[in-house]
Amino acid sequence: MEVINITKSYDPDFVAEVEAESEQNVRLCYQCGNCTAGCPYTFAYDIPVSQIMRLVQAGQKEKVLSCRSIWICATCESCTTRCPNDIDVARLMDVLRHMARRYNYNAVPTVRTFVDSFLNSVEKHGRVFEMGLMAAYMTKTGRFWTDTDLSPKVLPKGKLSFKPHRIQGRDEVAKIFERYKEQQR
Amino acid sequence: MSEARTYGYYPGCSGMGTSMEYERSTRAVCEALGIKLVELEDWSCCGSTPAHTVDHVLSAALSGRNLSIAESMGLDTVITPCPSCLTNLKTATHRMENPEFRSKVDKLLDKPAPGGVAVKSVLQVIFEDVGPDAIREKVVRPLDGLALAPYYGCLMNRPPEVMQFDDPENPTSMDEILKALGADVVPYGLKVECCGASHGIAQKDVVTTLSGRLLDLAYAEHAVAMVTACPLCQMNLDLRQGQINSANKTNYKMPIFYYTQLLGIALGLPEKELGFDKLAVNPAPVLKAIQEPSHAAS
Ligand code: SF4
Ligand code: SF4
Repeated sequence: MEVINITKSYDPDFVAEVEAESEQNVRLCYQCGNCTAGCPYTFAYDIPVSQIMRLVQAGQKEKVLSCRSIWICATCESCTTRCPNDIDVARLMDVLRHMARRYNYNAVPTVRTFVDSFLNSVEKHGRVFEMGLMAAYMTKTGRFWTDTDLSPKVLPKGKLSFKPHRIQGRDEVAKIFERYKEQQR
Repeated sequence: MSEARTYGYYPGCSGMGTSMEYERSTRAVCEALGIKLVELEDWSCCGSTPAHTVDHVLSAALSGRNLSIAESMGLDTVITPCPSCLTNLKTATHRMENPEFRSKVDKLLDKPAPGGVAVKSVLQVIFEDVGPDAIREKVVRPLDGLALAPYYGCLMNRPPEVMQFDDPENPTSMDEILKALGADVVPYGLKVECCGASHGIAQKDVVTTLSGRLLDLAYAEHAVAMVTACPLCQMNLDLRQGQINSANKTNYKMPIFYYTQLLGIALGLPEKELGFDKLAVNPAPVLKAIQEPSHAAS
């Protein structure tokens, strides 16, 4: 087992930042492991969610923000629902993703690209444009063959529109994104 | 239920595309049950999972615009078929109870988000406002003998503080509705386990593993079909069933219905209004087992 010397790498600002943004008290976690036991994604994680909780308590910013798990978590709310100390663990995972973006960590680039393509689509059209989203995602990741096996199953059913569903209020939606980006500067 | 009730209706983006059969059957069933849907005018995307992955205030603002539309249309309750939209609208409402959070959200919007608009799933309204007993009385094509696995997905009922509907570990509302239609509901232990969510595109192995497990259990319980209430769950299990089969060396041909499709058929609605032709796994063998409308009930 890896031993971490926290006297050297403890980052109190990191703990404070996570706590403020998530409105959660991470010291309440007593490592019962319930969240990990219920997390359907543990098999795909590099660090199980209860250990992420422990690493946050120990102020291990680098280790937490560079892990893959925070990108793979699907916010399924199992951990939050089952935590005996009422910690909103899924919200914490969300906040860790926000911070990873802010500090430029990107352990699973395909997930980040998918998320960005989705939001670009909403910003542009007011609603998500599924075909355009897939095209943007494939162009950015170079994964042209991701789902081509599905096309013969989807296209004849007339479910996917080749044109975006533009809404009247798309400027209002674009303005939400604009104001948001201004605040981030 | 005595009179028709009116609700603001938020279909969600997938209802315009990959889950159009859910959208169609939802409208048909609500009409048949006396639930009047008034679509929010010019609604926009709630941001789905990507928005809250990036920022909670941004996510709440995208929901806030839609809640404002409801308020300006004089609607006090918004209902949606999609659990992902439901989560976003409800979480935004919940977090905006904190004045500090609310003021950050309002800064992104043209006009402040309303406080008093309630948000529910269509399933909740059908279950609570119509109820299994009233539904049972309307059944003309009972689903007698159909063994169905009810799968709720991870979001509809969790976390309980926010979602405020049914049990977060063992929900039974859809079970009760299916039983009222005459179906046999199999014991299904993975009712709220996640299907792999939107990772089908960026991390496919995650979906083939998690959704594969869901299909395994449905088969082990001898279900002839699974029943869902979520566009993303349905897509992972149905459209990706071939990918799941090749990844897991299985050979499943399990139809994955929306509960509204089965509700519709049992109520005697025309099959073409229910979008069965939009399903990837052929539902015909299961549909054939459902009897024609009985004379006694018509
Ligand atoms: S369930 Fe709660 S207390 Fe237990 S390890 Fe997870 S976060 Fe900590
Ligand atoms: S919300 Fe994320 S960390 Fe929590 S159980 Fe679900 S996938 Fe695991």
